[in-house]
Amino acid sequence: MTNMAAASGPAPQRLRLPLAWVGIVPFLLFALLFLILPTLNLVIGAFQDNSGAFSLASIYELWNNPKIVAAYWISIKISAISALLGALAGFFIALAIVRGGLAPWVRSATLTFSGVASNFAGVPLAFSFLATMGRLGLVTVFLRDVLGIDIYRSGFNPLNSWGLIIVYLFFQIPLMVVIITPAIDGLKREWSEAAATLGASNAQFWRMVALPVLWPSLLGTFILLFANAFGAIATAYAFTGSSLNIVPILLYAQIRGDVLYNPHLGYALAFGMIVITGLANVFYIWLRMRSERWLK
Amino acid sequence: MKNSRIWAWLTMLAGATYFFLPLIATLEFSLRMRRGEYSLDAYRVVLADPRFRDTFSYSVVVAVFTILLGVLLVVPTAYWIRLKLPKMRPVVEFITLLPLIIPAIVIVFGYIRMYGSNSVLPFLSNQRGTDLLLIIGYATLALPYMYRAVDTGLRTIDVRTLTEAAQILGAGWATIIGRIILPNVLIAVLSGAFLTFAIVIGEFTMAALLNAPAFGPYLQLMGANRAYEPAALAVISFAITWGCMSLIQYLSRYAPKSATTPQH
Repeated sequence: MTNMAAASGPAPQRLRLPLAWVGIVPFLLFALLFLILPTLNLVIGAFQDNSGAFSLASIYELWNNPKIVAAYWISIKISAISALLGALAGFFIALAIVRGGLAPWVRSATLTFSGVASNFAGVPLAFSFLATMGRLGLVTVFLRDVLGIDIYRSGFNPLNSWGLIIVYLFFQIPLMVVIITPAIDGLKREWSEAAATLGASNAQFWRMVALPVLWPSLLGTFILLFANAFGAIATAYAFTGSSLNIVPILLYAQIRGDVLYNPHLGYALAFGMIVITGLANVFYIWLRMRSERWLK
Repeated sequence: MKNSRIWAWLTMLAGATYFFLPLIATLEFSLRMRRGEYSLDAYRVVLADPRFRDTFSYSVVVAVFTILLGVLLVVPTAYWIRLKLPKMRPVVEFITLLPLIIPAIVIVFGYIRMYGSNSVLPFLSNQRGTDLLLIIGYATLALPYMYRAVDTGLRTIDVRTLTEAAQILGAGWATIIGRIILPNVLIAVLSGAFLTFAIVIGEFTMAALLNAPAFGPYLQLMGANRAYEPAALAVISFAITWGCMSLIQYLSRYAPKSATTPQH
């Protein structure tokens, strides 16, 4: 049957095939000109020297310049910790609204708020936290005047890495809630009933059924949160000024005024960012494909 | 059962504290400009600032053009992929996800290197070109959200039947896309549009590096130089984000059912 159908049709189809491509040419052209070529341009620049010849000097310098290595290290640390804490907190909040036996309005209110908060990033978010834990912020003043704790004298500087992690959690946690809630919804009631029938305790159900099923989603979302924090600059720049040495801020200064005194090192810096977020996303896509098998 | 509910409430309480404290603090801080009493002075100063009006209206115009460009780019492409080139779907989907992989700062760095004054396409040699490049850059940033919104909308309608019906009645491609497909996925397109607006309106990195007179760099400048005005601006920005997201929620109520419910 299928053979006959295929045999009767190939000639006209082969004639029409080239025309079908025309429909997506504008899109492909746009992507090529404004997404792929500009990025490729930087990548090539990272592997060139000032005369334009192929060179690994900039990549080598990337590994050996202490300021750059420190910037990558701090960036990775901030992104990983904010992703980990965000994923954990978001997971528990999602768990609470799906399986906590709370009123239905709590669930819809939380999801709506998460949609807003996960998009409330950048400069205004930094302002909010400056008004909270800056030198004259509400929490700072409350702790100092009411409880007698001066956080700025305690050696903990809120305008540094840990402060920034606290700020990033404001969009990391909601993003986790938005992504992981459907996955927890996907845990079928029959599974916990089947486990209970076989005599499993609640803890055993989580350890041996739910977590193994959710594991790819959890890890995958963690990676997404990591990449999300790693590329962000506006929030950090407005929150700490240019004092914090993280990769996006360093790259920003480099684009503005060649602070590394070597344009090709700047391209290498950008290349390094793409490699890290790219690897993270390849891993994410792979985990996503694994998790979707169970959540259909 | 009782036990699990207490645990759930405690989690929600901790979450609410973390999320509402900065919002309350920002609101309180924005009202503190006049010594000794609460006032709306900070808002008055901000709204009277001509730079606020200029940069904000600039960013609104850029956002509107970004949305138009996004719709023009995404609707025909997503439609065509569904109708004629399902095999290209993974490729196009991958491209639309690239802006999530390549940070905005890297994309704009590439623009500066590729489209400078002495390049083949010298976008950055004049102000109009810079505006255009900013709109293009924002359309790129919004691509993942726009494409997903439109594609979800297309899933709920029978693209093939609608197209064939229109063709029988003698409609050309422009008519089919503009007058049949677009109205049918309008709610999805609007969701993508509002999300785009929320992302674009206060965006800092691209605008600052392209030296565009946009709202994001103005926000940053105010933050570096003023005390109370930034808090007022943060409240205004949060209200804008909230407004956009509420509109999306509101619109989704009118969307065809299968577009809004998760598909298990």
